[in-house]
Amino acid sequence: MKNHQHQLSQKLSEELAAAALTCRKYIVDMLTPAKSSHLGCSFSIIDILVVLYHRILDIEKIKTQDRTRDYFLLSKGHGAAALYAVLASVDLIASEELKKYHHPDSALAGHPTRDLTKGIEASTGSLGHGLSMGVGLALAAQHDQRPSKVYVLVGDGESQEGSIWEAVAMATRFALDNLIIIVDYNNLQGLDRTDDIMPNLAEKFVAFGCHVTTIDGHCHQTLLSTFKTLANTGKPSVIIAKTIKGKGIAFIQDKLEWHYRSFNPEQHDIALKELENS
Amino acid sequence: MRATFIKSLIEYATQDPDVYLIAGDVGFSVVEAFAQQFPTRYFNAGVAEQNMIGVAAGLAMAGKKVYVYTIIPFLTKRCFEQVRLDICYQELPVKLIGVGGGFSYGPMGTTHHALEDVALMRSLPGMTVIAPGSKFEVQHLSSDIHAVPSPMYVRLSNNEEKVVYPQNISITLGKALEIVPSDVAYIAATGNALDAAFVACQELRNLGYDIGLVSMPTIKPLDANFFLEKQAGLQAIFTVEEHSVIGGLGEAMARMVCENFEKKIIFKAFGVNDFYFHVTGPRSYLNDQAGLSAEKLVKEIEKRLDPLSFVSPTRFSPERSRRVGTNGP
Repeated sequence: MKNHQHQLSQKLSEELAAAALTCRKYIVDMLTPAKSSHLGCSFSIIDILVVLYHRILDIEKIKTQDRTRDYFLLSKGHGAAALYAVLASVDLIASEELKKYHHPDSALAGHPTRDLTKGIEASTGSLGHGLSMGVGLALAAQHDQRPSKVYVLVGDGESQEGSIWEAVAMATRFALDNLIIIVDYNNLQGLDRTDDIMPNLAEKFVAFGCHVTTIDGHCHQTLLSTFKTLANTGKPSVIIAKTIKGKGIAFIQDKLEWHYRSFNPEQHDIALKELENS
Repeated sequence: MRATFIKSLIEYATQDPDVYLIAGDVGFSVVEAFAQQFPTRYFNAGVAEQNMIGVAAGLAMAGKKVYVYTIIPFLTKRCFEQVRLDICYQELPVKLIGVGGGFSYGPMGTTHHALEDVALMRSLPGMTVIAPGSKFEVQHLSSDIHAVPSPMYVRLSNNEEKVVYPQNISITLGKALEIVPSDVAYIAATGNALDAAFVACQELRNLGYDIGLVSMPTIKPLDANFFLEKQAGLQAIFTVEEHSVIGGLGEAMARMVCENFEKKIIFKAFGVNDFYFHVTGPRSYLNDQAGLSAEKLVKEIEKRLDPLSFVSPTRFSPERSRRVGTNGP
C-alpha cells in the first residue's frame, strides 16, 4: 500500500468526514423503512464516492451535462443507496426524495436507472455491464480529444464476470488512460469470501496491462491523493480500494449476512448513535 | 444484402461524423470499405460480444450513432442482457446489424442458425425489428433505418433475389409491402422466406387461387392497419418466415388477428417447428426439411384453400375454414 505523507488540511478533512457521516446517515434512513438489502456494500463504497463527488468531479458540469465532464459509473449497481446519498449530498438529488427509496412510483430503485438530471450516468445492477459502458465513454472522449475522465466502480465479486475482462482487455488495447477502474475490494460476496472464489485480483489486472494501485478505501486522504496523482501512463488505472462491508457500524462490519439484512427500528437507532459518536 | 447495407452506411457516415461501425470479428470483404474510409470510426471489437455491446452503449451515451455488425446468434443471444439493459433500457441509438438470418449459414450447423433472434429482439421494449426480403428492400429502407434515433435490430440474410416488385412500389419503414394484390387471401412473408413465398404465391395463382403476397420487412412495429383495412374481404392469411414458429412474424400476426379481426379467418404460420436440426445441409435442404420450400408451402396452403371459393370470394365456405384451420402438419 502507498504511504501518503501529505496531510489534508484540518478543514478539508473535517468537511469530508462530515459529508461521509451525512451520507451514512442517509443510507441508514433509506434502507430501514424500505427493509432493503445491500447495507454492507453501500457502507464499503461511501468514502470513495464522497471523495469523488466532493473533491474530484465537477458538479456544475454534471448538472449542465457538459460534454467535457468527468463520468462516474456505479457498475456494482447494488450500491445504489450510497450513490443516491452522495448525489443528495451535492444537491443533484433532493434529500427529500431519498425518503421515496424503494417506494411505489419512485425513480430510486434498488439498482440505479440512468437519469442525467440526477447525475446518474448509467443504468446498472446486472454485474459486469458498467465497465464496458465506461470503456465506450472513455473511447469516445479519446476520439473527440475531450479531457473527460471516466471513473467506474466495480465490485471485487463482480470481477468474476467474464465481461469485466473483455472490457479490461479493450481498455488496455486502446491505451485508455482516461479510464479509472476502482475496485471495491471488501472481500465478501453473496455467499463467500471473494478471495476464496477468485484470488489474486490485483495480479490479474497487472497481467492485463493496467496500472494498479492498492489503497485503503476508507481513508479520505489516501483516496484524494491517489485520484489527484493518477499518471497518464498510457494504461488504464486500477485502484484496488481495500474496504470493509458495513464500515462504520460495529455490529454489521465485515459480516456476510448484512449483504441481505435490514435494520429493525432498534438497530436503526443503535447504528445512528454509533455513527454520531464516531 | 450485406454489401448493399454497408454501402448505404458509408454514404450516411460521410454526412454524419458521429456514425461508428463496430465489427465482432466478422465481415471479411464487407466492412473493409468503411474501415478504410473512416479508420477512426471503425474497429474490430474482437471475439467478445458482451463487451462489444456495452462499449457500443457507452459510445452512444457520448452521442455517437453506433452500428454493431456480426453474425446473428452472437449479436442477439450471447449478449442478450447487454442488448436489453445497456441499449434498450437506456433508449440508446445503437443499431444491431445481424447477418445470417434463418438458415443462411445452413451447413455450418445449429450454432450459426438464426431461428430465435426475432423472438428475442421483438420482446425488448423500444426495439424496432427489421428483416428485409431483398437487396431492393435494403436499398430503399436504408435511409429510414439510419434516421431512427432509437434501438434497432436489422436481420440481414443470404437471399436468392427471386422477387419481382411491382413498378413504383413505395417502401417505407413500418409498412407492409403489397407485392401481389388480392382481395381474399395473403401470404405474408419476411426476410429470406420472401423468395419461397413469392414462388409459392405465383404457383398458387397459376393453379387458380386468388392469393396475394405481402412482404413484411418491418416485423416490429407490425403494420396491422394494412390487414385491418382489408378485413371485410380477407378470408385467409398465411405467414412464412425462416425462424422458429415461436415468437416471430407468425405469432405477431396471429395476435394481431385474434385481437382485432371481427370474424374468423383461415390462419396458418409457417416457420421452423420447435426442434433442433441434428443434420446439416445447404439452406435449401434445411428449408425443405422445415416445410418452408415453395413446393411444400404450395401443398400446405392448397390444403387449406377451397379453389372454387378463392377464385370467387363470394363462394367461400366458413365451415371449411373451421375444419382446416386446425389441420396443420
